[in-house]
Amino acid sequence: MKLVGGLGTSHVPAVGAAIDTGQQADPYWAPYFEKIEPARRWVADADPDVCIVVYNDHASAFSLELVPTFAIGVGSRFGPADEGYGARPVPDVEGHPELAWHLAESLILDEFDMTIVAELEVDHGLTVPLSVMYDQPDRWPCRVIPICVNVVQYPPPTGKRCHELGRAIRRALESYDGEDAATLTVMVVGTGGMSHQLQGERAGLVNPEFDAAFLDQLVAEPEQGRLRPHVEYLREAGSEGIELVMWYVMRGALDDDVREVYRQYHVPTSNTGNGLIVLENAGD
Amino acid sequence: MADRDYDDIPGTYVFDGRRARQGRALNAFCMSLNDAANRERFQSDEKAYLAGFGLSDAQTRAVLDRDWLGLLQLGGNIYYTFKLAAVDGLTMQHLGGAMSDMSRDEFADMMIGGGRPIDGNRSSQEASP
Repeated sequence: MKLVGGLGTSHVPAVGAAIDTGQQADPYWAPYFEKIEPARRWVADADPDVCIVVYNDHASAFSLELVPTFAIGVGSRFGPADEGYGARPVPDVEGHPELAWHLAESLILDEFDMTIVAELEVDHGLTVPLSVMYDQPDRWPCRVIPICVNVVQYPPPTGKRCHELGRAIRRALESYDGEDAATLTVMVVGTGGMSHQLQGERAGLVNPEFDAAFLDQLVAEPEQGRLRPHVEYLREAGSEGIELVMWYVMRGALDDDVREVYRQYHVPTSNTGNGLIVLENAGD
Repeated sequence: MADRDYDDIPGTYVFDGRRARQGRALNAFCMSLNDAANRERFQSDEKAYLAGFGLSDAQTRAVLDRDWLGLLQLGGNIYYTFKLAAVDGLTMQHLGGAMSDMSRDEFADMMIGGGRPIDGNRSSQEASP
């Protein structure tokens, strides 16, 4: 198994809609899509066999009747969910059940009490990052293991817990001994954010200074950054900006020392500050 | 329940256990709109469809009136209430404007201008010194 790197990106539904409806060259969207082009090239070069995508469900597969804090998709296929306005016209996501089950077993015995999900429809939280990375293929070029984190029903898990989950994912990857283990390449993707607030009189909040500081700390000082309290995310990054804790899962899967390969930041995409970062282990 | 450290953030309805309890029926109704057949049933007779979900009178009114801010104040979660907006063909920018007393276009222009600034919006003290 080779871990090729980590990528963090916003998962804004409007970005998916822009790709689905061919608006990438429109004046509103062109600057954003130009900024993510270097990341698309990096992903194409790295060409991972499997992406572990850390995302949150937005009242699609899970409702308030059942809110797992951490869940893992172990199925072989995950269809796009109807979130209330029809499913996105994107390919089904193909899983990697053997690696996913290894991760599930390893994580639980490593004291992360994952919810195991065999039947799972995936919403924009997972499919928009795939579109950010791969544009609009007939078939996604990688297999995907969904790691679903609750960030809708307060409280989400802490940044520290997310970071430690990422480290446990790394340990699980290192111990994988499936028949494709010798040649398998894996990327870990953290999604959500950046600063944005969808709800209430404060809707539309964007805080570029916070977002830049978050990324700096994610790269260089994760041991400090993971301790950021929830109230600071809510206050400084907006009520939905707290999704950023999920980027710490990605960070935890990487070495303590990483190299920042690329970063982009763009305001606005719909109602959000949109960020993306590409990281590689410093030793690679 | 005791005050929370985020209660002083202005214009923000953190979806904690208090709101989940208050909004259980309302959000269950919204969740049902993930199904296309349910969306059609709702659109054909909104009041009859709502009757099956046990909403409070105030929640029912807020749904029928499309009172987007009121829905949050009555326990709605934005990802759930957005499903109702999608039935009407509205975007999140319509809702952002409606909840903050702006038109959709004014809201979209604010976003193009960099969004709502953090300065002055961190806390109720900062908002009105």
